[in-house]
Amino acid sequence: MLFRVYRYDPDKDAQPRMQEYNVQIEHTDRMLLDALVRIKEMDDSLSLRRSCREGVCGSDAMNINGKNGLACITKLVDLKEPVELRPLPGLPVIRDLIVDMTQFFKQYNSVKPYLINDDPAPETERLQSPKDREELDGLYECILCACCSTACPSFWWNPDKYVGPAGLLQAYRFIADSRDQATAARLDDLEDPYRLFRCHTIMNCTDVCPKGLNPALAIGKIKTMMVKRSV
Amino acid sequence: MVGRLVVGAHYGVRDWLVQRGSAVIMAIYTVILVGWMLIAPPADYAAWKTLFGTGWMRVATLFFFVSLLLHAWVGMRDIVMDYVKPTWLRLCAHVFIILVLIAYAGWSVQILWRT
Repeated sequence: MLFRVYRYDPDKDAQPRMQEYNVQIEHTDRMLLDALVRIKEMDDSLSLRRSCREGVCGSDAMNINGKNGLACITKLVDLKEPVELRPLPGLPVIRDLIVDMTQFFKQYNSVKPYLINDDPAPETERLQSPKDREELDGLYECILCACCSTACPSFWWNPDKYVGPAGLLQAYRFIADSRDQATAARLDDLEDPYRLFRCHTIMNCTDVCPKGLNPALAIGKIKTMMVKRSV
Repeated sequence: MVGRLVVGAHYGVRDWLVQRGSAVIMAIYTVILVGWMLIAPPADYAAWKTLFGTGWMRVATLFFFVSLLLHAWVGMRDIVMDYVKPTWLRLCAHVFIILVLIAYAGWSVQILWRT
């Protein structure tokens, strides 16, 4: 199977280049990550991140034939040859398929992705009704792989100012949490032409999410809450 | 200030609502006008003049133009915010766009109420 892989080592290369690999796929190789491990055996200078190999850690996110996804849950049979692999778009490349996620995590941090509750901690857990708990479905499953944010042109143009779909999904995860007491402050923080309203609902985020989540819907719900409190 | 994340300008909802609301008004006007043209297309200049000479048509068309200009303002401002980075240049671009849009508004009124 033919692969074209983005290669770039800023210490050595003046320009990035695409390198071809012809890989003998064995019958046990099902996912793209299996093929990447074979490439790594052929050429150990190729750099990539991977860890859990089952779509939970989010480290092997990359641009696969033009669309962001996780190598470990992308089936080889579904890929058109030559399979073109590039790093996630819009983030600085550290080397080959590894990108610098600092900006992405800065935005994630900025939404205070933790429960804010000033009540004294109870002896048992802070309980939720099953209905309140249901509100968090489709939000808590995010693995922060950055596929969505790096597929978003608004995040490409303003990564320092626009929170991005992943950060906004996480923001709504805490806005929607019945145990959180900082809803008003969270909405105040996001009511901004850049932080939230750079989203123009083109929905690349929802299209690429490897976990099948819908950041565009979460962003829409934040906007609806803002409208409700202002009209 | 350098590198500091400035958060929560506390505006944005109003502009977002204006953009949605103006889009709805333009869509309604367009559907009605196209429907009207299909049912009773004006035959000549005199018929066009009579159609746009009625009070309700002038007001409806003015609503359409005001919606278009408000919609254009939010859209143009967003484009400038994305691509024009120096603050002074952005401010100049905003002022220029506002002046042009106000001029268009005046021009629309003049066209609609010209006898």
